[in-house]
Amino acid sequence: MSDTTVPLESQTGHRSLLLPDEKLKKRRRSETWFKMLGLGAVITGLFFLVILIASIVYNGVPAFTQTYLTIPVTLPAEKLDKVGNRNPSDMRKVSTFGYKPLLEQALIDTLADRGIEMPFDDAGILADLLSDGAAAGVRRQVLDNPDLVGQTVEFDLLASSRIDGYYKGRVDRASVNRGMVLTSVHLDVADALKEEGLVERRFNLDFIIGADASDNRPEQAGVGVALLGSLFMILVVVALAVPIGVAAAIYLEEFAPQNRFTDLIEVNISNLAAVPSIVFGILGLAAFIQFANLPQSAPLVGGLVLTLMSLPQIIIPARAALKAVPPSIRQAALGIGASRNQMVFQHVLPLAMPGILTGVIISLAQALGETAPLLLIGMVGYIASNYPDGFLDGFVSPNSALPAQIYEWSKRADPAFYERAWGGIIVLLVFMLAVNILAVVLRRRFERRW
Amino acid sequence: MSIAKLTVLAAAATALSATTAMARDQVQIAGSSTVLPYASIVAEAFGENFEFPTPVVESGGSSAGLKRFCEGVGENTIDIANASRQIREKEIKACAEAGVSEIIEVQFGYDGIVFASQQDGPAFTAFEPADIYNALAAKVVKDGEVVDNSYNSWSEFNSELPDAQIAAFIPGTKHGTREVFEEKVLLKGCEDTGAMKAFMDGGMDEDAAEDQCMAVRTDGKSVDIDGDYTETLARIQSNPDGIGVFGLSFYENNADKLKVATMGGVEPKTETIASGEYPVSRPLFFYVKKAHIGTIPGLKEFASFFVADEIAGPGGPLANYGLVPTPELADVQATVDGETTMEPASN
Repeated sequence: MSDTTVPLESQTGHRSLLLPDEKLKKRRRSETWFKMLGLGAVITGLFFLVILIASIVYNGVPAFTQTYLTIPVTLPAEKLDKVGNRNPSDMRKVSTFGYKPLLEQALIDTLADRGIEMPFDDAGILADLLSDGAAAGVRRQVLDNPDLVGQTVEFDLLASSRIDGYYKGRVDRASVNRGMVLTSVHLDVADALKEEGLVERRFNLDFIIGADASDNRPEQAGVGVALLGSLFMILVVVALAVPIGVAAAIYLEEFAPQNRFTDLIEVNISNLAAVPSIVFGILGLAAFIQFANLPQSAPLVGGLVLTLMSLPQIIIPARAALKAVPPSIRQAALGIGASRNQMVFQHVLPLAMPGILTGVIISLAQALGETAPLLLIGMVGYIASNYPDGFLDGFVSPNSALPAQIYEWSKRADPAFYERAWGGIIVLLVFMLAVNILAVVLRRRFERRW
Repeated sequence: MSIAKLTVLAAAATALSATTAMARDQVQIAGSSTVLPYASIVAEAFGENFEFPTPVVESGGSSAGLKRFCEGVGENTIDIANASRQIREKEIKACAEAGVSEIIEVQFGYDGIVFASQQDGPAFTAFEPADIYNALAAKVVKDGEVVDNSYNSWSEFNSELPDAQIAAFIPGTKHGTREVFEEKVLLKGCEDTGAMKAFMDGGMDEDAAEDQCMAVRTDGKSVDIDGDYTETLARIQSNPDGIGVFGLSFYENNADKLKVATMGGVEPKTETIASGEYPVSRPLFFYVKKAHIGTIPGLKEFASFFVADEIAGPGGPLANYGLVPTPELADVQATVDGETTMEPASN
């Protein structure tokens, strides 16, 4: 076809083969164009990746540090231990509300001690410097160690989210004055305390191992419990989806006869792979919670739902990997007298293992990042507040999952939760990276060449 | 085949633990996303101060919560439903049919609904319900005639408002807030502008006229937000002319970014909402399944703790977060302590 467009001279003329003619130049041009286009695509992709990672790191890293105030608190025995026997079960009667005035008094004393003017009439307003969780922290330590009662003890108290944000640069004076929670006078006091060396910003281990906190204590919230929830769900997926998926793939690829029925199954598996994940959530609610009476909000149910979701994503690549094993291997095995079972498990499966594992890794990573189905089985909300009591309890006690926790935080009113959500994304990425590295190492061990 | 054995073992172990742990030891709550922050604050304090585990609080909306509440009695149904509106007759009946006949209704406070815009945007500082109606309704009265709403800017119908494009972000229909917005703002504005009368003069009966009053224009000037207030806030921040509908507690937490407008000349504050001066507010409820008291450990204690003076009263953590405490807290406490249930559905 293209012959007609080429001028007659170039076909008949005696030109050196070493000199490029028009057609060759055109072909080379289009090749250069395509190369540049491809390079452009890669660069665009990299550009967005850099923006994504930079914004995650920029927004999320502050969540890994936290501001604490070091304040000596007097713990009067007549208030905290009315019975006087230092018995924690009696001292429990004093609630966190009983500890709050102690912290207010401790703050006032500290200001007086250090020669800082007390700018408020009301001690309660001054105590807004501290997190609502500070009293709970002091109470826990006192109950753990009742001998502290009657002494003056230095406590590291969580600063409120806005004081914390002030030192992180998230909150400035103008916005504090416009807002309703704190005033810039609070910031002056905080600065004065900092000069005295009583304010410290340190690594926030509680963010990584801690539990979720309620809406007015973003400074106390952590991803630890939700991380455990994700881990238990992944355990369920690994224990169920991998054996079922691989067995289904082997049967369909190596043993099943080719007929209408297997064709139907094949079409259905491909269809299931494209079903939106929330549909699996509805199925999980109906089948596991309402019919099978499994507990709500449990990682076990979450894992079962994610298992259903991952199955097609494991079966399809596993079948492709089995198909990619050369027929000569099978024929050779059968030829020297191996049974079909021996042929599959001793020859084909080991060779297909790297491909199967790749499919498994991808589906696990997807399951790890899934939120939508968890909405329907009750894993989104203020859930991840208790550590499970043990390994088995971890499967059934109410829990959230990392992506669900991030989603939940991004909805909350206090802007400090937004920072936590970004921090949670970093933890999620690191967790995924760890799971992936583990899987890659496993794949390497199974890899065989022929 | 040690892997296969392990798998079977693990599956058996999980199945076993699932059956043994069926005896649920923590309170489960679901419902309104407006009540969620309050419920989570109480749940956290409850977990800290009592020997019971921290209750689990899910969101999902008032209707979804009540629906799950009415699924029946048993350990895999929720114990408490949060709602930003009162339970409906229909829901009480559905509950009764599923065996949930004894419900304790607890109205623990009020929530104000505020209209706010970007801090640096046009001076939206005072609205009347009529302004909101003129800006957002599907049909308005213009020069004595009912016409399709074609207003583009706020100053077209009220010269005191800024000459800014109309762009409102209102809660979607799945939110309980939408109902309050329709009844207390749109309907009121409809009556004030005379549109209600015009609709009825035009041959509509009262119900049809009210429905017409609450119809919102669909030309893109009013956007339904089905997500949470954070989404509304994001939309406002990217649109200087945008007006958003928020809960009072959300506004108070984000007052550095938002500027609130008065409604009918009253500033939305805890005091004005408690006194009823500020017109757009709604009661917040939670509903307790009486049949679960005694079987679910800590349920009664949690409900009593929720309405205790130190929690739900003035100066408590809920009020600090933005709840308007109910003046009848003592009555509410008596209801919870006496486990007083609601009247069964009337028919």
